[in-house]
Amino acid sequence: MIWLDTLIQGLMLGGLYALFAAGLSLVFGIMRLVNLAHGDLIVLGAYLILGIGTATGLNPFLAAALALPPMFALGWLLQTALLNRVLGEDILPPLLVTFGLSVVIQNALLMGFSADSRKLPVGPVEAQSLPLGPVNLGVMPLVTFVSAVAVIFGLNQLFYRTALGRAFRATSDDPVTAQLMGIRPDRVFAVATSIALVVATIAALYLGARANFDPATGPARLLYAFEAVIIGGLGSLWGTLAGGLVIGLAQAFGAALNPEWQILAGHLAFVAVLLVRPRGLFPRAND
Amino acid sequence: MSALLQLTALTAHYGDFQALFGVDLTLDAGQTLAIIGANGAGKTTLMRAITGIARVTGGSVVLDGQRLDRMAASDILRAGVAMVPEGRRLFPSLTVEENLRIGAYARQGGGFWTLPRIYDLFPVLRDRRNHPGTALSGGQQQMVAIGRALMSNPRVLLCDELSLGLAPVVIREIYAAFPAIRASGTAIVVVEQDIGQALKVADQVHCMMEGRITLSGAPASLGRAAIHDAYFGVRQA
Amino acid sequence: MRKVLLPLVLFLAVVLLAALPVIGSRALVQDLFMVLCLLVLALNWNMLAGFAGLVSVGQQAFVGVGAYGMFACVILWGMDPLAGLLVGGLVAMALSVPVAFFTFRLNGAYFAIGTWAVADIARLGISQWKALGGGTGTALPKGAVQDMPGIQAIRALIGGSKAAAVDALTYWLALALVLAMLVASWLFLRSRMGLGLQAVRDNPVAARSVGVDPVRLKALVFLLTAFGTGLCGGLLFIQIGRISPDAAFSLLDWTAFVIFITVIGGIGTLPGPVIGVLVFYGLQRLLADYGTVYLIVLGLIGIAIMLFARRGLWGGFTQRTGLDPLPLSHAAPRPVTPTDP
Ligand SMILES: Nc1ncnc2c1ncn2[C@@H]1O[C@H](COP(=O)(O)OP(=O)(O)OP(=O)(O)O)[C@@H](O)[C@H]1O
Ligand SMILES: [Mg+2]
Repeated sequence: MIWLDTLIQGLMLGGLYALFAAGLSLVFGIMRLVNLAHGDLIVLGAYLILGIGTATGLNPFLAAALALPPMFALGWLLQTALLNRVLGEDILPPLLVTFGLSVVIQNALLMGFSADSRKLPVGPVEAQSLPLGPVNLGVMPLVTFVSAVAVIFGLNQLFYRTALGRAFRATSDDPVTAQLMGIRPDRVFAVATSIALVVATIAALYLGARANFDPATGPARLLYAFEAVIIGGLGSLWGTLAGGLVIGLAQAFGAALNPEWQILAGHLAFVAVLLVRPRGLFPRAND
Repeated sequence: MSALLQLTALTAHYGDFQALFGVDLTLDAGQTLAIIGANGAGKTTLMRAITGIARVTGGSVVLDGQRLDRMAASDILRAGVAMVPEGRRLFPSLTVEENLRIGAYARQGGGFWTLPRIYDLFPVLRDRRNHPGTALSGGQQQMVAIGRALMSNPRVLLCDELSLGLAPVVIREIYAAFPAIRASGTAIVVVEQDIGQALKVADQVHCMMEGRITLSGAPASLGRAAIHDAYFGVRQA
Repeated sequence: MRKVLLPLVLFLAVVLLAALPVIGSRALVQDLFMVLCLLVLALNWNMLAGFAGLVSVGQQAFVGVGAYGMFACVILWGMDPLAGLLVGGLVAMALSVPVAFFTFRLNGAYFAIGTWAVADIARLGISQWKALGGGTGTALPKGAVQDMPGIQAIRALIGGSKAAAVDALTYWLALALVLAMLVASWLFLRSRMGLGLQAVRDNPVAARSVGVDPVRLKALVFLLTAFGTGLCGGLLFIQIGRISPDAAFSLLDWTAFVIFITVIGGIGTLPGPVIGVLVFYGLQRLLADYGTVYLIVLGLIGIAIMLFARRGLWGGFTQRTGLDPLPLSHAAPRPVTPTDP
């Protein structure tokens, strides 16, 4: 019974990690950019939701909806002003720029909001749970999980069913030939990063609603998210969901054995999967 | 008849290496023009310079009064110049149909070439529409690449070495599409190593050597010897 | 003239630095100890990222393991800290073998994530080591450090407390480590292997075709820098005297700062880290009273460098003046773009 409970906990946690990872996966799939500031951008989103909520008195779900446009714009700005200038054959400049950005965001948040930990007040749903046979399922974890699946599904539809998605894939395959189709890679990248930040805002909502956060929360979450993306197979969105679930399950079972082993178990699962399948669970054929 | 596409003293560089040395070229509406030349003559570079992919360092490219040489590649396509690149370069993660559709990415409004018309032009593609583009034979891939370029309804279509690596039957099959393309009002520039093929389709032939055009004329007016000399670099008397 | 001047200036600088514990204040010695250690770490990271193309954000793994190795030798087996230092370095190097085996499977940028995960595994693993204080850490016994060989002689030389003598000793060791790293890097980079490494960095395809095996070269650099980084970790924590997993495996202290130092000074250049650490120290002093502002400024400078001057201050200097007092190869630089075959 306890194991069933742990299993469900793990799946729910995995959904959260998949949400953290979805934006990363999208951006990596399209422009091979590893954004080390993604975790900090999620935390920034959480503060933005908190700020909007406090200023307007709206509940966090509505505040998050209001946070979407500014985060979309931030993504656009980030890509056009910064990242487009450093993308190229050499992987070092984009890595270092996003690393610098991570440090800047973290410390700017620290200056603005102090190191106190915060939480988004979602109200009574937080404590509600559904009886599911022998175990109880928290409503918030369930909503998180469903959102994760919905986000991944939506991104996948976008990627494989729309003209924009075709442009994403074509640019990722061959940016020079894509230009011959009238595609502007810079703009395609800007749209991709903007969408990634929209997803990050959704992730921020659940991050802030389910646990405390502070300016330094980003990096650790980022690491789990990256692990999910890598185990899933680079560029595969469903793979990223699977990767998130693997990390979540490993952490839940690790924690069930010994609370101190939670994080360690997640990392070890990451290493183990990669030792067996160096290209992840669902690698894209042409990489 | 005024020129549709006019190149004047065009030069292009790769880094410090100069690949084009003042190329002048005129393409009239409805015309088909062939460019021939040995490996490394600069034919691909010329195509890439027109479409904005190679760095133009001097001279001008004018399409119907509009300067193209300072524009981004994506805008040159919008202005009406499409290219079938050397080596076809289909997008591996797109299906045949998606490869065709992406050709129309920048298109506004209608035009002659639509998906059904492309399938009529190359019927084999219709059955293969849901295959990955790169899972087709070389000749079929070439058809997709031509269709993809046509989907933008270009005023000028540049084709770089359509016959590369293809069997003669397949080459004939591909060139059989030319009358239809011409009939749609598109002017064509083909780059060919296959001189026979070039002479067959073109109204005008230019021979390139070492980044320059060394010989021009209507196919009928060019003697075999002259072409041979221009092609292989024997000094002309 | 110039040929004589530069070595002379460098020589005087080294003499001055060496004499510092005798003539300078203890606070300054402690400050510069930290600066020298960061320089050692930066020189190592620069070899990895700047020359071998291995952008690791997990070098704190080797700092931490080197430091804990040293602590274990002293606390559990009663060894001398200096011997422990060497053991720590060797343990770090030994650890780098499985780490390389794992992380080298990850392509390009994902190598960075792999090293980071490994560092977190090391931190969490060490936290389970109860004999060394588990997650809260432990301190070196005072006696062990103050009875290190040479402490008496140093006290006689500089006059002062045992603790000051320990500071002086660790300072000199750090200085020696810096000089050794500089000389070793210089010799390595000018050796056949080092030139091969730079060829791989500048053009992997061409390098492979002339018979350089990039993976083996990179693995070698990874191994050696793990040793250097581990040694430095041990030395740092002899001086600090207390250890905890969070301090020993700190991403900010042992990797982030080091990255900024290298990037600002000039990644992929030998003098870069030296210049970078000076700028870093200057900024730290200048902005000491403003807390986090200093980190924000560091981040922004790092970003600006990547946008506008990828080879950092040193790279900008050599490019602008066309003068490279410390050339790494005798050959004239090859043009980057391939030309007519
Ligand atoms: N990317 C490049 N970088 C440097 N030089 C190049 C590049 N591409 C082509 N060149 C050089 O420019 C010259 C012209 O090349 P180009 O590809 O235009 O020739 P081509 O006539 O198309 O030859 P082929 O018939 O082999 O396709 C050649 O000397 C070639 O080596
Ligand atoms: Mg060519």
